[in-house]
Amino acid sequence: MTAQPLPDKDSEGGRGFYRALVLRRQFILFGLTTALLLSFCVDLALGPANYALSEVVAALLRPGQVEDQVRVILWEIRMPVALMALIVGASLSVAGAQMQTILNNPLASPFTLGISAGASFGAALALAFGVVLIPAAIDYVVPINAFIMAMVTSFLIYALSLRRGVTIETIVLLGIAMVFIFNSLMALIQFFASQQAVAAVVFWTMGSLTKATWPKVWISAAVLAIELPLLARHGWALTAMRLGDAKAESMGVRTRRLRLEILVLVSLLSAIAVAFVGTIGFIGLVAPHVARMLLGEDQRFFLPGAALCGALLLSIGSVISKIVIPGTIIPIGIVTSLVGIPFFLFLILSRRATTW
Amino acid sequence: MVSLRLDGISARYGRRQVLGGISTPTFQGGQVIALLGPNAAGKSTLFRRIFGLLKGDGAVEVGGAQTGRPICYMPQDTGANAVLTVYESVLLARMQGRRLTVEDADLAQVEATLEDLGIPALSRRNIGDLSGGQRQLVGAAQALVQEPEILLMDEPTSALDLHRQIELLTIVRDLARGRKMLIVAALHDLGHALRFTDHAIVLRDGQMVACGPTGETITPDLLRDVYGVAARIEPCSKGMPQLIVEGVA
Repeated sequence: MTAQPLPDKDSEGGRGFYRALVLRRQFILFGLTTALLLSFCVDLALGPANYALSEVVAALLRPGQVEDQVRVILWEIRMPVALMALIVGASLSVAGAQMQTILNNPLASPFTLGISAGASFGAALALAFGVVLIPAAIDYVVPINAFIMAMVTSFLIYALSLRRGVTIETIVLLGIAMVFIFNSLMALIQFFASQQAVAAVVFWTMGSLTKATWPKVWISAAVLAIELPLLARHGWALTAMRLGDAKAESMGVRTRRLRLEILVLVSLLSAIAVAFVGTIGFIGLVAPHVARMLLGEDQRFFLPGAALCGALLLSIGSVISKIVIPGTIIPIGIVTSLVGIPFFLFLILSRRATTW
Repeated sequence: MVSLRLDGISARYGRRQVLGGISTPTFQGGQVIALLGPNAAGKSTLFRRIFGLLKGDGAVEVGGAQTGRPICYMPQDTGANAVLTVYESVLLARMQGRRLTVEDADLAQVEATLEDLGIPALSRRNIGDLSGGQRQLVGAAQALVQEPEILLMDEPTSALDLHRQIELLTIVRDLARGRKMLIVAALHDLGHALRFTDHAIVLRDGQMVACGPTGETITPDLLRDVYGVAARIEPCSKGMPQLIVEGVA
């Protein structure tokens, strides 16, 4: 027996609809990539000396044929910063997207789990008191401290989440507890530190791409490049996680094991990002939501979409941070929040479709 | 043909034993088995134990399976708010454990399943916008699209109107007969159990209290002992068994 069709206003369905949906998403991914390339070129063009886009493209494609001064400014000074914006944006967004997925919580992000707060604490220890957790070159003391504390936070949450009876809600609460603990410790550091050290700590926590160097770019890019395929291979399982544990388990997904594996992967991704550029909170929370609105939650599209949205938002933020006050680069964390959150609110309030 | 036998299986939540020593005869593909019992009798736990989500003593013996993953479990509906269409959510169930690329055969299977259940019109709806009954039908589609040999359905009709209940159970019975699937369905409506199932397993407090052909297992004595109701079973004008509940025993 075949059941009597259920009446519905949307009578069109089936393969044609699905293929159109896939095509639309591929088109959106292409559009995001194009916008990203454009934003990247504009980011390179802007600075104390502004260049035309054609000059930037020429310097990118044929670096040997442009003036030395242009080549040095674009390749040696601006390129690491512009690339860092893309990589950190993509890393934070992918980390936030997968945290939201595995914790089934729209507020999950590297901030919610205290990873950024842990990184800030690690950085503050070095900046205020010269505490070095692992001896390293002077340029890397702050990022290494930040990375270690971010990973310590992650593994603390990881270890606690292994305990029997710990639910996903408990994991989120543990993260919030971490945020409060580290915020209190930060306040304590600022209370005892010199005025100069406090200023350095505050500046670090604002997040800044100007700390970018080529080695930092390569390290961040390598981690992102290794992790994306690792996450993509769990595409169907991660999508199923959003249907709830019971449903995902009924489809054969080992939810507990997958959640822990993803937690480790995204902790590393976000720890690397915040260690190098400081805390840029908005991207990891909002970029995944923008990707979800545009592309839905099929991870085959959502994962690259989240990476592209994060990279694009941070790249645009980098551009804006240069043009608001000519000659001054406003810390990127401030720009992304001030510009991005109204944009995000507009997206939420102007859409009638489901966004979570 | 696929077969299923439970041999003294048990399950624990921590130190608390929630299921104890359940053994059944061998059920064969083509049969529909009713899993009956009052609330908290252990029906969902038994399903989770058979499906492998819970560990415990005893053995779940599956014979004659043609595929590596013969058992599929349709849990009770819990709702979901993911940004996915019904079509995607059914495809998702089909694609678990497979490659990332979708082939025509997968799409054809999704469409056939939605057609079988009478819900192709829901394809483009977001799963978060569905009614409870629609969600339950989509849940059935997510299970059936995996082409299981043994299907465990946990209260598959609890949110459906009467028409859809009968329709779904008829489809389930026809699938069992036609595809030689073995279907075990937890049901609260004993009238449906009498009409649509071949055998019944009755649980109470995690123990099996009866197991046998449905018509012989559901008796006034069992209804009084297990459910605490006074009832009798009489054939209707078409000869089908009908449950008449007189009140609380």
